[in-house]
Amino acid sequence: MTISDIYHETSSALLANKVRSGLTMLGIVIGIGSVIALTAIGEGSQSSIQNSIQSIGSNLILVMPGATQTPGSIVSVGRGTAQTLTDDDATAVGQLQGVVAVDPEVQTSKQVVYQGMNTRTTVIGTSEQYPAVRNLQIGDGSYFTASQVSSLAQVAIIGPTVESDLFATGTEPVGQQINIGGNDFTIIGVSVAKGGSGFSNQDDQIFIPITTAQQLFTGNKYASTISVEADTTADMANVQAEITTLLLSRHGISNPASADFSTVNQTDIAATATSVSSTFTVLLAAVAGISLLVGGIGIMNMMLTTVTERTREIGLRKAIGAKKSDISTQFLVEAVSLTFIGGIIGVILGVTASYLTTTFAGITTNITSSSIILAFCVSAGIGIIFGYYPARRAAGLNPIEALRYE
Amino acid sequence: MQKRQVQKLTMIEVKNITKVYGNAGIEKVKAVDGISFTIKDGEFVAIMGPSGSGKSTLMHILGALDTPTSGTYHLDGKDVSSLSDEELAEIRRNHIGFVFQSFNLLPRTTVLRNVSLPLMYAGVKPELRDVRAKSALKSAGLDESHFLHLSNQLSGGQIQRVAIARALVNDPSLILADEPTGNLDTRTGEIVLGTFQRLNKEKGSTIVLITHEPDIAMHANRIIHIRDGKIVEDKINPHPTKARTDVADPI
Repeated sequence: MTISDIYHETSSALLANKVRSGLTMLGIVIGIGSVIALTAIGEGSQSSIQNSIQSIGSNLILVMPGATQTPGSIVSVGRGTAQTLTDDDATAVGQLQGVVAVDPEVQTSKQVVYQGMNTRTTVIGTSEQYPAVRNLQIGDGSYFTASQVSSLAQVAIIGPTVESDLFATGTEPVGQQINIGGNDFTIIGVSVAKGGSGFSNQDDQIFIPITTAQQLFTGNKYASTISVEADTTADMANVQAEITTLLLSRHGISNPASADFSTVNQTDIAATATSVSSTFTVLLAAVAGISLLVGGIGIMNMMLTTVTERTREIGLRKAIGAKKSDISTQFLVEAVSLTFIGGIIGVILGVTASYLTTTFAGITTNITSSSIILAFCVSAGIGIIFGYYPARRAAGLNPIEALRYE
Repeated sequence: MQKRQVQKLTMIEVKNITKVYGNAGIEKVKAVDGISFTIKDGEFVAIMGPSGSGKSTLMHILGALDTPTSGTYHLDGKDVSSLSDEELAEIRRNHIGFVFQSFNLLPRTTVLRNVSLPLMYAGVKPELRDVRAKSALKSAGLDESHFLHLSNQLSGGQIQRVAIARALVNDPSLILADEPTGNLDTRTGEIVLGTFQRLNKEKGSTIVLITHEPDIAMHANRIIHIRDGKIVEDKINPHPTKARTDVADPI
């Protein structure tokens, strides 16, 4: 049998029962389509989480005040609320090798008023290094300088959400006076939108010099976070270890287990988020995979029916000299053709579905070429697996009994 | 396809074959019980017997669809009695042409493709198949206007001619016809028998016709009568019934 013979036999067999072939194929179409669409949604959410992690900075190490425990006491002060990191710690970390920039921060929440409008938002006191360390872009105006930090200037950079909350469209915010928690500040810049983040809205923030924030709002010299930018990604673990050693010795702690601060690097955050979202993707793919399996069983069911219906034809083919392999090839190719064509339509359906999801539901989807290639291989594989048994059954028929079959 | 030159070569040699059904413990049935005969190249033989006489089992063995329990069967010099399934398929592919009572054409398939089906399995190149199929169809007496019709658009007589052409197309050593007129009316049956007679006479094809009707068997040159798995009579038919030639023309 030549390829064109097999093609001819297969197409005439499948076209002889168009409705049945179509319905059977539908099982595979839906299976493959949902695998493509759901993995695209999973991959899409994974990449949007990655993006928002990237947007908080590059090669970033965060140092946060940790649980402190006074000797002999079992009470410890909670992480994040403890006050163990100072501006001097930040300066010392800045001297370390491999550190490009350091930015100590304090964070508080304040009522902000401009004329008749007001909003409650996060106020972050930072050094002039913040835009560099945390990838913040200033769209309008500029960030404050080192001299403004040391002079406790009452200047502010507002996020785009704050801008739209306080100012009517078309109003130029730079140069305007706003009142933050009872103190007047001059707006000197507006940051560029970073988009939604997995954890907090990075656009609903106001930045002021850390010294001003400590003076007016916290009343002490502590920092709530120190952001450190390492020079290379490869060096991050090293820098993280150095920071830990330095701060332990500065705080006079000998046992690393009782450290009063904690460090976390961006790669760790990314890895955690990735593992969460890939679990999610696998879960979606598994659900879709079940429908694919059901589709495969549909193929096997149809092929078994076909073999029974065509018993006499198989008997005739054997009587005129068809080998077992001729018969099994014919039926196997029929099954694989069904699943393969179903796979192609399924990929088209899946791509369309993910496109529609993005357009109408606003969910980021990401169709990877690997998921399409995998879908093709799986659909052909299902044809082979579920077509093998019916094909074997056809090939194994006894020609005498097959010819007599009514 | 040329007329076979040597008329007297032995085509089929069956020696003391038996076929027993059933396993040890169950009552065994001897469908064929020690049958021996030889058929020479170019003979037209009818194997006749009532149903249950073992003629179908004998036909399966002659057609390489089955192997005998004991005894030997040589076809065209080859021992067929103890071959594997795949070797039997090869014998059927290259040495035997079948004509069935129920025609067994592929539905929704053209006449030409039905006839070239054995050539496909024999590995003949596609471009040669049509030529050979057309020549077999002409030998079987089907008019060229029907070649591209679908098999389900033909009449009973035309269908059986297509089936005969399919049996001829491989230029087989033996044409085996199992009750070829069983599903046809008398007139159409006559056409088919006339076709066999013509093929036997003009091309020297060796034909074995299996039937239970004495009238049909009388068209052959030799009649082997079987009953209860044994040959009860094997005689030359000196005056075979002539099928009406006017109806044996192409239809």
